Amino acid sequence: MTDMLELSAVQARDAIAAGDLSPVEYSEAWAAAAAEDDLNAYLWRSGNGDAGAIAVAQPSIAPVAVKDIFCTEGVPTTAGSRILEGYRPPYTATAVQRLLEAGAPVLGKTNMDEFAMGSSNENSAYGPVLNPWDRGRVPGGSSGGSAAVVAGGLAPWAIGTDTGGSIRQPASLCGIVGFKPTYGAISRYGMIAFASSLDQCGPLTRDVSDAALMLAILQGQDHCDSTSVGLERAPQLPGRENLEGLRFAVPSELDRDTVEPGVREVFEATLARIEQLGGEISAAPLPHAEHGISAYYVIAPAEASSNLARYDGVRYGMRAQGGGDLIEMYEKTRAEGFGAEVKRRVMLGTYALSSGYYDAYYGQAQKVRTKIAADFGAAFADFDFVVTPTSPSVAFKLGEKTDDPLAMYLNDFFTVPMSLAGIPAISIPAGLAEPAGGGPQLPVGFQIAAPAFGEQKLLDAAYALEQAIAFDARPSGAPYVPSGSKKRSGSGGEGGG
Amino acid sequence: MAELEAVIGLEIHVQLATKTKMFCGCELSFGDEPNVHTCPVCLAHPGVLPVANEQAIRYALQIAAALECEVAPRSIFHRKNYFYPDSPKAYQISQYDIPLASSGKLGDVRIHRAHLEEDAAKMIHVGESGRIHGSGASLVDFNRGGTPLVEIVTEPDLRSAAEAAAWARLLRETVRQLGVSDVNMEEGSLRVDANVSVRPAGSGELGTKTELKNMNSFRYLERGIEAELARQRELIEVGGAVVQETLHFAPEDGSLTPLRSKEEAHDYRYLPEPDLVPLAPTEEMLREARESLPELPEARSARYREQMGLAEDVAALLAADPEAAGYFERVTAEAGDAEPRVVANWVTGELAAVLRQDGDAVGAAESKVEPVALAALIGLVQEKKISHGSGKTVLAALVAEGGDPAAIVEREGLAQISDSGELEAIVAAAVEANPEAAEQIRSGNGKAIGAIVGAVMKETKGRADGGEVTRLIRELLGR
Repeated sequence: MTDMLELSAVQARDAIAAGDLSPVEYSEAWAAAAAEDDLNAYLWRSGNGDAGAIAVAQPSIAPVAVKDIFCTEGVPTTAGSRILEGYRPPYTATAVQRLLEAGAPVLGKTNMDEFAMGSSNENSAYGPVLNPWDRGRVPGGSSGGSAAVVAGGLAPWAIGTDTGGSIRQPASLCGIVGFKPTYGAISRYGMIAFASSLDQCGPLTRDVSDAALMLAILQGQDHCDSTSVGLERAPQLPGRENLEGLRFAVPSELDRDTVEPGVREVFEATLARIEQLGGEISAAPLPHAEHGISAYYVIAPAEASSNLARYDGVRYGMRAQGGGDLIEMYEKTRAEGFGAEVKRRVMLGTYALSSGYYDAYYGQAQKVRTKIAADFGAAFADFDFVVTPTSPSVAFKLGEKTDDPLAMYLNDFFTVPMSLAGIPAISIPAGLAEPAGGGPQLPVGFQIAAPAFGEQKLLDAAYALEQAIAFDARPSGAPYVPSGSKKRSGSGGEGGG
Repeated sequence: MAELEAVIGLEIHVQLATKTKMFCGCELSFGDEPNVHTCPVCLAHPGVLPVANEQAIRYALQIAAALECEVAPRSIFHRKNYFYPDSPKAYQISQYDIPLASSGKLGDVRIHRAHLEEDAAKMIHVGESGRIHGSGASLVDFNRGGTPLVEIVTEPDLRSAAEAAAWARLLRETVRQLGVSDVNMEEGSLRVDANVSVRPAGSGELGTKTELKNMNSFRYLERGIEAELARQRELIEVGGAVVQETLHFAPEDGSLTPLRSKEEAHDYRYLPEPDLVPLAPTEEMLREARESLPELPEARSARYREQMGLAEDVAALLAADPEAAGYFERVTAEAGDAEPRVVANWVTGELAAVLRQDGDAVGAAESKVEPVALAALIGLVQEKKISHGSGKTVLAALVAEGGDPAAIVEREGLAQISDSGELEAIVAAAVEANPEAAEQIRSGNGKAIGAIVGAVMKETKGRADGGEVTRLIRELLGR
């Protein structure tokens, strides 16, 4: 039965609950599909080896692909880095634990940019992930593996992490839904830290309903993470049909010329769609958002330089051979264990925190961050949502931007401000567009951001828009029915958890 | 050249005696097998997060209250970044620009700040020196890593090594009586570093300071500071200048050697700890900290001086030892009319002396001398039922076997001779037997009276009242 792979995670859950689908057969079918990985998307699959401590005896919900940044007890966890080669954590991340407890087996660990630093997945020590829409192009990053497995039919759904766009941008480039919840909604315990004040776990799914179900499982306060607060109420499956009475703001500073023409067209068409559904569109000022990238590329590397200092070869992971004394061992291990982008950011961050430079860089960046958050606060006084294209471009070619870090960083232009403000944002597939250099059409994502803890309202609006867009393209060979091309049967109901 | 005045400030690390570590659930321990009290958090595995220990915060608030500090409504944890194997995260979680507590005082010394942080793991350098240089290998024991610490920093208000050591003792007793730490310097649960400088007496400027480490007893603290003050004074007297550096004290020979710059030259790149929320004590926590304060040595000493009339040294001696203080107060309560000053002298003088001779060196409170018994004994002496000398004899018996002093007086026949006729007869016999002394007294040499008093005491085995004997001799010899 191959069409069981066409079921969304919500449909599969309902079918299992109704006794119409064997969860074991369903899981095995997905394990078989995952084994067909020709995208270099999985770094470890449960079919290959013993899942040990993370095995689920009685699956009751769709198996999940987990970004290799989440610690899984006894199962290799590399964060895409050579320095953690062979590392098997002694514990399991809270987010993964919640999935296991909900009855979702881990299908595999997905490839990623090293320590989540990247927007193309080309920074993985284990080779780039290929975009299932065009194997010559990148899937985005850093959660490129998690986006590619869902888009390419190698997993029903996945979790990733988003620090400055690392869920939303690859979801956009792969034509799926990517959701970054409010900072603090989901525990970070066991999620290997890149930039602690920005990192947030979230779902990568085929459609908005699956994202809601996944969020319901993942969210909640965790006594192991002092910064976790959870959501006030577990999200319900979204059911909204229109956007009447809702006000959408387009940042007035949004320079539409920096956006690829094809992406711009899809964005404009989506705004028109919102109006057709009864939503109001206006321009609203977000005067500091354009400084988001500058602030982000001080704050994130600063935190990273501290977070990554523990990889020293003393206690776990790789240790370089032939080091003379302690300092030499540190230096050799880190020189051999880290890739170029990680080294670049560790050095940037170390510099930004240095005595005498702190105020000019880190201190200043924090002030910008506060201003950006205040801009959003002001916008949400008048509007329900802020909308932008998720990424300025569709998927670009492998190698196209690897020599130009700044061009690579600008991929995050539209996603970074929401991360700095800690607010929830979702990317949904909005259409297809031709790449700037020509070629077959590729997916374009549409980003909707809401005030902190406005998850339910955001999911409801995204669902209504998703149904109206009825995005029905998919990469060749992918088994699933694309998001929005079908109405979910039934009347919504509990999100699960 | 003007006289050079010492300017000393102390930095004290107090290990808190909580059940578990500062940021994880591992048990605290001392002397256990290495690396048994560890977990993914205190070994800094990828992905772990710290969670602040509430008991440690409560203990730190008690210390802040005892030091009369202001408590910050929201203090911030910072990361202090440095690479060294004793710090598995490669940063220590500490507090930086907004500490838990500031602006306090203990005795005459102002407290600059007090903050919470975590202890490093223990490095063991294998080799002759016991220090990293020249060692063949270094081992790390993570049992200690993550132990809660309160770091207390004083203002540079101390003016001599002896003053610094005395104040550090007061701080230790204060923290000990809070019950929040073992404050054992040898085991490292209390660690005192000193910032030492000199300046022309009367100057308002501060000289260049050096930091002294590894003085693991009060004696070493005093010796280390003395040595450094002497070094700085000599240096300046020959026209040299003090260089700011950290010095390691070697207890074996009392020498101070600079720590090599590689161990020390850090830019800590302080960063607000994004994994922890600000530390915001509730009203309830603040109130509990204030209300939990026992009477601390300084306040107790003042009460003994001002309300009970004790001499300063006796008051300080008793106040520093809560058990002795409790014992003293129980005896005073039982002793009725006897003045506290007299009771204090018995407790810190006679009783302490007998206990010391005893060899087992138990305190008064653990001795066989019940407070009620000592009070009764003091009463017997005060009322001249026995002489002071007999009192000491009875006390020795009480220390040896306990019991009731009146019974011992009875058994040993130590009751003072109260029959004046009997005493007069003994005095007359003694004058008779010492004609030379008697003659000298008659001719005005008062000192000679001692010989006759001594003879009477010998005859009565100390049961006579010395004052009464003197009076009787004078009366008999017409002086």
